[in-house]
Amino acid sequence: MDYELLKLIWWVLIGVLLVGFAVTDGFDMGVGALLRLLAKTDSERRVLLNTVGPHWDGNQVWLITAAGAIFAAWPVVYSVAFSGLYWAFLLVLFAMFFRPVGFEYRSKMTDPRWRSAWDWGLTIGGAVPALVFGVAFGNMFLGVPFSLDEFMRSAYSGSFWQLLNPFGLLCGVISLLMLSMHGAAYLQMRTAGELRQRARRAGFLLAVAVAVCFALAGIWVSYLPGYVIQSAGDVGAAMTPLMKTVSLRDGGWLANYQTFTWMIAAPVIGFAGLLLVAVASLLNRSALAFVGSSFAVAGVICTAGFSLFPFLLPSSLIPDQSLTIWDVTSSALTLNIMFWVAMIFVPIILSYTLWGYYKMWGRLTTDFIEDNQYSTY
Amino acid sequence: MISEHLVDMSRLQFAITAFYHFLFVPLTLGLSFILAIMESVYVMTGKQVYQDMVKFWGKLFGINFALGVTTGLTMEFQFGTNWAYYSHYVGDIFGAPLAIEGLMAFFLESTFIGLFFFGWDRLSRIQHLMVTWLVAIGSNMSALWILIANGWMQNPVGAEFNFDTMRMEMMSFTEVIFNPVAQVKFVHTVSAGYVTGAMFVLAISAYFMLKKRDLPFARRSFAIASSFGLASILSVIVLGDESGYEIGDVQKVKLAAIEAEWETQEAPAAFTLIGLPDQEAMETDYAVRIPAVLGLIATRSVSEEVKGLKDLMAEHEKRIRNGMLAYALLTQIKAGDRSEDTIAAFREKVDDLGFGLLLKKYTDNPANATEEQIAQATKNSIPRVAPMFFTFRIMVGLGFLMLILIGLSFYYSAKGTAERQKYLLRALIIALPAPWIACEMGWFVAEFGRQPWSIGEILPTHLSVSTRSVEDLYMSLAAFIGFYSLLLVVEMYLMIRFARLGPSALHTGRYHWEQPENQTQPAQAH
Repeated sequence: MDYELLKLIWWVLIGVLLVGFAVTDGFDMGVGALLRLLAKTDSERRVLLNTVGPHWDGNQVWLITAAGAIFAAWPVVYSVAFSGLYWAFLLVLFAMFFRPVGFEYRSKMTDPRWRSAWDWGLTIGGAVPALVFGVAFGNMFLGVPFSLDEFMRSAYSGSFWQLLNPFGLLCGVISLLMLSMHGAAYLQMRTAGELRQRARRAGFLLAVAVAVCFALAGIWVSYLPGYVIQSAGDVGAAMTPLMKTVSLRDGGWLANYQTFTWMIAAPVIGFAGLLLVAVASLLNRSALAFVGSSFAVAGVICTAGFSLFPFLLPSSLIPDQSLTIWDVTSSALTLNIMFWVAMIFVPIILSYTLWGYYKMWGRLTTDFIEDNQYSTY
Repeated sequence: MISEHLVDMSRLQFAITAFYHFLFVPLTLGLSFILAIMESVYVMTGKQVYQDMVKFWGKLFGINFALGVTTGLTMEFQFGTNWAYYSHYVGDIFGAPLAIEGLMAFFLESTFIGLFFFGWDRLSRIQHLMVTWLVAIGSNMSALWILIANGWMQNPVGAEFNFDTMRMEMMSFTEVIFNPVAQVKFVHTVSAGYVTGAMFVLAISAYFMLKKRDLPFARRSFAIASSFGLASILSVIVLGDESGYEIGDVQKVKLAAIEAEWETQEAPAAFTLIGLPDQEAMETDYAVRIPAVLGLIATRSVSEEVKGLKDLMAEHEKRIRNGMLAYALLTQIKAGDRSEDTIAAFREKVDDLGFGLLLKKYTDNPANATEEQIAQATKNSIPRVAPMFFTFRIMVGLGFLMLILIGLSFYYSAKGTAERQKYLLRALIIALPAPWIACEMGWFVAEFGRQPWSIGEILPTHLSVSTRSVEDLYMSLAAFIGFYSLLLVVEMYLMIRFARLGPSALHTGRYHWEQPENQTQPAQAH
């Protein structure tokens, strides 16, 4: 396959992995974020935890694999983004520390203080990564202050606090509300009685809130200066981010929707999904709410990715050095090998993951938890 | 120039988080197979006690596994956060096995671990057994890909430097996978994990035997662990010898540092059993030597010589001088001189570019390094010898200690009198930390012995760091240490509590603390 096509394919593949992460791990993070809000008693909280109990660990591998795939396919992004956004990534990391231990250790002791402490941990482990990922996405639209020298050593001249600007925070809120909504949609399918009613109400309210914020962000973006490539260089050859010129234009981030009109499908699917969540939650159609929620999550993430295309991480310091899908990739050989590895393994992963869900499917009740208190989370 | 303080702090942070991660990995590798063996016996015999064994040891497995997952994430993130130039320079090769690890192994392990814990009532016996085996296979495959990545850091085969992109690029994926260093490392490392699993089950079963609790349960666990452990400790030692041969072949500096071999001896070289290496004087005081043994281990012959550090450093000096020329040519190419002559001259010297980069620690422009700087770089082109020398000997010593303990356990278990061997049982409990110490020492030898390189003879460690401030590192390191210490306390607390409780933790009504006459147990743990 030619190099240019491979670069494009890898943009799609990393997108698939990120959407895979948000659609799977997204709902268990959402359940974490909602843990203290939806469930009042200890048994209710255990119901919530056990709906995702057998699955959260496998789901989390989507994130780990997406990060690994970025390392392998976009080493420059891995290098610049992880080191530049040092504290943002460490914040995600430390928040995620609470998850494996929170799930595993929480119900191993009966002391209410012990359990309450881990519940806070699981809430942080669900909410903080969701928030920070959104903030990071928001800052991609604004550009972050990094530069590269001729040896490709990167330096970042901003601070962590700079990321917490109004637009970044709005995107963070969208991400947090969206994954919480996804969690509420999942819980509608896996809980019964009062818990399920609460999950329906949460699903409806969150869907409306996400729709409002998402629309607001869309309007905001149309006023933001967008990055546009002036001279791209030879995108079919080996490139570094030092080989092109870039300019800024107001509303430039929406230009893609005129050039590639099909991209409009992403925000449309996003809004349609949100509508479906709201309606299905009201009508008590839980499976439909989850389908809508999955589409909403995918639509919102794709909207961000499509708007930025072909940029990945613009540099506000030296726009010419912005990272794009053409100049951050691995060699053609590595992209090719990794493409085939992904083609073989992603379907296998999907099939055994689905088998796992199929085997563990069903609504969980507080009675079940009380009958199995020594063998559940 | 890059602050040395920043480099030291970044190394310290990586070392601490890696050592900490590897407190949990070997037990996962070993115990997962022990669980699979126990469950196979359960499925074949249908005896309830074997299912209880899987569930009880599985509980302890879960407590350990959670921290393995937690701390593993740090390792992946840290390449990007703290070793950004490394990630750029070798991501083309190094990233691939990490991504494949996720796709091929970690998904498998993590998806099926949920079914292992919660699927008992949802899966048929055969299905559950299959799930348990897949967890074990997944965790071991995960080790395979990580060690392929690590093996490439030690012996970077199948890759070339590209001056357009300023990085190493993959030339042959099969060479990377079938890297001989990766292969011997993999088998040695997973066997060490199996030994850890076996020692863990032996020590806790020994505790039950000494307390005379749940004896049939303890006896069967002891028998399985001792036979699995014996096979494993033998393979660790044999395969460790194999790695000795392999590094003698491709990592001569590491071997010479382990052996504190300053001078090239006449073949076959003597093995220094013990002594006091002196880095400044480049000699080993009070050395006790065994004739010919090193030559046999490292070369498998009596006629080949094993190079000493002084001769290796003389070679390094030549390569550093050559590397200065490579660096000058690279600068010329970067400045726009793409003439065939320049490129051809660069290609000829590119293998020594890494040695030229060693000078970056002392000067911004290695092409103009002074004699003094060259001498400094040469002196630091080998790792510090004393730490290598001693950690290696601790590892090997503990290996042989465990061979004796596991051998005796196997013997008495086969004779059916294990529970009466009070001294052996106590020794097993006292020796419980041994496999962990040995594993950590092994990693120390492997990674400290790689210095001053992060990628052997290609990329110096000090160039590999991210451009961050030292303050950032102080704060993040403090956060890691604080958080990790807290988690370790919680983990040890739960582990000890559940180990003491024994199979009564399953609440089946069949075990010691659930019998009416024994219910003096303080607050119940779940």
